[in-house]
Amino acid sequence: MALFSLHNSLIKGISACVPATEYDNMDYDWISVKERELLIKTVGVAKRRMAPVGTATSDLCLHAAEKLLKDVQWEKDEVEMLVFISQARDYHLPATGIILQDRLGLSKKCMAFDVGLGCSGYVYGLSIVGGLLNSFNLKKALLLVGDISTASISYKDKSIYTLFGDCGTATAIERSEGAPVMHFNMMSDGSGFDAIYIPHSGTRRIADKSSLEMQKFGDGIYRNMIQLFLDGVRVFNFATMEVPPNVKELLESQNMTVEDIDQFVFHQANLLMNEVIRKKLKIPKEKYPYSMNTFGNTSSASIPLTMITQLREKIMNEKLKLLLSGFGVGLSWGSVILETNKIVCSELIEV
Amino acid sequence: MDVNDFIKKIEAEFEDLEPGKLKPESNFRDMFDWSSVNALILIAMVNTEYDVIITAEDLRASKTVQELFNVILQKVK
Repeated sequence: MALFSLHNSLIKGISACVPATEYDNMDYDWISVKERELLIKTVGVAKRRMAPVGTATSDLCLHAAEKLLKDVQWEKDEVEMLVFISQARDYHLPATGIILQDRLGLSKKCMAFDVGLGCSGYVYGLSIVGGLLNSFNLKKALLLVGDISTASISYKDKSIYTLFGDCGTATAIERSEGAPVMHFNMMSDGSGFDAIYIPHSGTRRIADKSSLEMQKFGDGIYRNMIQLFLDGVRVFNFATMEVPPNVKELLESQNMTVEDIDQFVFHQANLLMNEVIRKKLKIPKEKYPYSMNTFGNTSSASIPLTMITQLREKIMNEKLKLLLSGFGVGLSWGSVILETNKIVCSELIEV
Repeated sequence: MDVNDFIKKIEAEFEDLEPGKLKPESNFRDMFDWSSVNALILIAMVNTEYDVIITAEDLRASKTVQELFNVILQKVK
């Protein structure tokens, strides 16, 4: 069981960057006005940010990282590790993290690599970076997490077109003796790999001409094989069945209850799903912030984006006990309990 | 828990549904504007209220409110 504690890993600060272009889901003319209203009310996404074609996830993460480095007052050549977590990488190869090392002007003595995770990526990233800093005896690392999900979505797929928003984030993490201990509970279930996936996106099925043919999958649902497929009911049942016990188990392992946590920052999947999870865990509304209403489901960036847009003042001025939980594509999910003590929380960047 | 209680819960969830109109023998797809979004709302309600997971197959296999309620009853056990 991947239930473990991580010592000496300190979050110094977080930042996020979203595209300035806002898409209003009421403008989605592929479906009727009534359907738009029902979708917005149920799924909980009224507006979201969409990157213009040609903008890559690394562009958003670059802005976030530049700002964060200034705000935490790190010198660029101090960064010894860069981990980029995304499922919308600039290229199949090379790894985008390496490109970011150069674009950020980091030292060549910095190790840089990618991890291919989505909605669970932020929580996984905190464990990976913290664990590696400790075992490699390194000091400072940048965790860059985000996705441009809208690039792989069909306009004529009403089942998911209005859901996703784009965002890139940066988190500065350093090895620090005596840092508050983080407690993780990480899980995976690859039997659900095809509940959210892009069918012709790798070597299992190499894309060819036929991959671009638009196919009908249902009323108002048309997409090709290099566009994202999401089985709403399956993902819904997965998350509402697996996430509450995962969180409960983590709390119990620390002899804690919901009352001991100041804020629960959960992946912003969709309102219906997040509310079922909240009710099952009996988390009060005021401890469960949402950013999806105006930013959509921002995949792995949703947790830091919610912290910045909904909890910025608190995070900068208060000592907080947080429980973060990411869940989705993979299927992959994980939660962490951590403490922040007035950390840097950069103002949201819009480009 | 009985089927009338289940119907009350459905009525509470779907504002457009006229109270008293839905019966155990009603085909739930005919009773309101059935869509994948409404299916998810129903699944969410069952999940929250009964702590039971109903799948897309369960929905496909059930026609009436009573049939769907029977599926829930079986899973609660």
